[in-house]
Amino acid sequence: MKIDRRCFLSLAGGLVAGHLLSPVPWKVTDDLSIWTQNWPWTPVPETGPVTWKNTTCTMCPGGCGIKVRIIKDRVIKIEGREDHPVNRGSLCPLGYASIQYLYGPSRVKSPMKRIGERGSGNYEPITWEEAITEVSGKLGDLRKSGKSHTVACISGSDKGTIPHLFKRFLEAYGSPNFIRTPSAKDAHETAAYLAQGKKAQNVGFDLENAGYIVSFGCGLLDGCGSPGYQFSSYSRFDKDHTLVQVEPRLSNTAAKAKKWMPAKPGTDGALALGMAHVIIKKGLYNRNFIENHSFGFEDWTDDDGNIHMGFKGLVKGYTPSMVSEITGLAAGQIESLATDFARAQHPVAVCGYNECTVSSDIDKTLAVHALNALVGNINQPGGMIVFSDPEYNLPEVEKDQIASDGTAKPRADRAGTAEYPQTRYLLNMLPETIMGANGNDLPIEALLVTDANPVYTMEDNETAQEAFARIPFIVNFSSFMDETAQFADIILPDHHFLEGFRDVPAPDGVGKPVTSLSAPVVKPLYNTRNTGDVIISIAKSLGGTIDASFPWNNYEAFLKQAYNDQYTDLSRSGYVVSADKPAPWESAFANERGKYEFYPTMRHTAGNDDKSKLPDFRQVDIPGDKTNDALVLIPYKSPRIASGAIANPPFMTKTIDADMLKHERLFIQVNPETAGKLNLKQGDAAVVKTPSGEATVLVDLFEGIMPGIIAMPAGLGHTAYSKFIAGKGVNVNALLKPVFDPTFGLNKAWGIRASLQKA
Amino acid sequence: MSTQTENTSNAPSNEPSPKKGATGWVIFAFFVIGFGFSLLGGWVGFPKMLYTEVPHPIDFNHALHMNLVYDGCNSCHYFREDGSFSGSPTLNECRDCHGFVMGINENEEKFVEEYVLQDKEVPWNIFSKQPDCVYFSHAPHVNGAEMDCAACHGDIGDSESLRSYQENRLTGYSRDIWGWNMSRLGEPEHAPRMKMMDCVNCHVEETDSQGSCFQCHK
Repeated sequence: MKIDRRCFLSLAGGLVAGHLLSPVPWKVTDDLSIWTQNWPWTPVPETGPVTWKNTTCTMCPGGCGIKVRIIKDRVIKIEGREDHPVNRGSLCPLGYASIQYLYGPSRVKSPMKRIGERGSGNYEPITWEEAITEVSGKLGDLRKSGKSHTVACISGSDKGTIPHLFKRFLEAYGSPNFIRTPSAKDAHETAAYLAQGKKAQNVGFDLENAGYIVSFGCGLLDGCGSPGYQFSSYSRFDKDHTLVQVEPRLSNTAAKAKKWMPAKPGTDGALALGMAHVIIKKGLYNRNFIENHSFGFEDWTDDDGNIHMGFKGLVKGYTPSMVSEITGLAAGQIESLATDFARAQHPVAVCGYNECTVSSDIDKTLAVHALNALVGNINQPGGMIVFSDPEYNLPEVEKDQIASDGTAKPRADRAGTAEYPQTRYLLNMLPETIMGANGNDLPIEALLVTDANPVYTMEDNETAQEAFARIPFIVNFSSFMDETAQFADIILPDHHFLEGFRDVPAPDGVGKPVTSLSAPVVKPLYNTRNTGDVIISIAKSLGGTIDASFPWNNYEAFLKQAYNDQYTDLSRSGYVVSADKPAPWESAFANERGKYEFYPTMRHTAGNDDKSKLPDFRQVDIPGDKTNDALVLIPYKSPRIASGAIANPPFMTKTIDADMLKHERLFIQVNPETAGKLNLKQGDAAVVKTPSGEATVLVDLFEGIMPGIIAMPAGLGHTAYSKFIAGKGVNVNALLKPVFDPTFGLNKAWGIRASLQKA
Repeated sequence: MSTQTENTSNAPSNEPSPKKGATGWVIFAFFVIGFGFSLLGGWVGFPKMLYTEVPHPIDFNHALHMNLVYDGCNSCHYFREDGSFSGSPTLNECRDCHGFVMGINENEEKFVEEYVLQDKEVPWNIFSKQPDCVYFSHAPHVNGAEMDCAACHGDIGDSESLRSYQENRLTGYSRDIWGWNMSRLGEPEHAPRMKMMDCVNCHVEETDSQGSCFQCHK
């Protein structure tokens, strides 16, 4: 028997054939594929018992109730609470994505002290005791040297017990400088004060019961205000409901509205007056309200015998044809809009809240409030609702001489001073004041920042950053390493909202007085502390009357005392609705006459040339040179981009369309007609220049924007947080600039002149 | 070259030519050897290499426990309030009875000393463990389709000792998933096989539908 090569070939053939008929190839293939799924670096979901816990989202001022799905100790999913009166099951993408902030790398994990340059993000961890000693030491020194009034606090809100603790602290310490970041609340509360007589009121809109909504530029479905409230209200709309959107750009809200009216930007005030003209001319206003509960509708004579023109006289000149010229809308459209609005069941006119720009034009806001008054829809179902904050059951602040002297000093932001007597907060003024002061006499020596990110959100951003850089001592209470935290000397990190307690009263723009409770659903992951506890500790270590003003061991004890009897309900159901019905007309108006004043007699007019108190249409002259900067840049809001103090989490950035953000490059929306003139094509790189700055962007041709207007989304271009958040797009605030109302000091700018050139 | 050619041409033409190689039978024999070796290796040797016997951390007597509880399997393996299934009892649940050693059983002694007193969960071998993101819900099977536990788990409730657990060295999962018989033919030996097609086949048989991907892959 001879064995040769063919035998071995045959053997190999046999081996292969046998192998193929054995389970080896199939089983090994199957097992290898499973093996690759189990590599140790593959993230795997937690398994274990599931629990659901209710709390309230505080990522924006919307106050939505949420339910949190937890497996073992890990938060897995957040959903809207169906039984919560604000959002009724709805929730915005930021609420869903807020888990990413709990576990993400941008958390500040312990108290930090700055060791590098401002903005560099170089910090070293310190203990809580060291941090509190350092802060109270610095504040104590300033107080001793008679500079207590140079301490300021910038807060994202003035509602709720945490801002209240800061206000209380400054009062006991001796500073008048509690400053709320700018928002549409500024204009609403001022307008409500002027027309209705009560200061610091919440103005909301009962959208869930409204039948006909005219929105003057509100991004109701673009994620502003309380997105959960607006989404859930809109989701209940049927054919009998109408939403009319007045806006120069085809936004999400405009696209979903029954009617989109692209008025020229900045002319909404004229449209409101034009609508009032038609309503009055056709006699469609609410006679009972006008005759019995209003003042200044007709011309009137004061005690000195001077005759004043009333609201009716003012709007006489705003004929549809004249308003058509101002707004660019057809006269017939204006007339039918006004008629439909006045004849509808529960009509409501909305402005201010939810606009992407923080424009606070008092005239426009008064004009829109007046529209609601004309149809008698103030404090009525489906109307504009005005209500007060919950009252806290707390002892008086104890003040020594330094505190009394310090709080009596004029505010550093000039709000409430002789210059701007009717305005409560003017953060936008602060950079100018700081930059104008000389080095030894700074109006702000120490700054506390809570729930705010002014270094990112302030318009004319470069000047704001320069001003913040001049402040010698900044303490930040942010949970995240945001742009303002990077400017801070000491960071005292708050818990993530899923880890700590806090009350959430009066959600932005919501037409009912709801107060919710945000309660911990997981244990704190890091060495963070509730800001309320930290303020109490700082007060205690300062001693004297400041310590005496804070007789609580911790924030929870303070919270319980503040809400007193209501706390049980608040902690059991997670929310309380403080009054079922808004104040009736008989008792709603707190001014001298007890009436809604179409002619706001209290209005301060020192800065106005015409001295008129009526809400006339006054065109805002936006910054820029009309000849060189032929275009107008407006920022816009997208529901998929968080544009406030909190940056867009990566989950949300993933959902942004490729025509808004491409890798790190931001698109600017340009009408094809405008682009044609500028010789720009889709995707071209271009440089946008404004009086505030310039940026390189990509061109997105968009038919939904007026020729001559260009638009950029707000909320991108962050430089801090983490590498997953920073460096995406451009911060539109760096290109904008405020225009100050001469009487109120509020920012009236709705855009800025700009030029666009091929890069 | 020329020499060779000459030699060849000069050879006598009537002599039988020498054998040039192996015969067909020999070649075939080699084929059979190779074939047999592969078959034997694949069906007998390969499973031995692929699977390894993993001892249980402690033995467990289901029968004994069944006599002491009131609600059968549900006493320890129950549905949570949200409808999810508890699976193997946690240490806390066992601790209710086994806070200290009650009998004279070496397994119980080990359980109390090594796990209860040290507050450590027992790392049970889980015969039915599926890859991450693959979900099996007991609720629609037990509550919805009213299947008995034994329909899938066999007579485990009457067993006095845990049966052998073999782990796949490549995947880390139990041999029960593929089934003990490598050919996957015939009735399964211990419990129903748990590859995806096993689920699908049963669903098609029982409900006329194989269901949707996301019912299990989440």
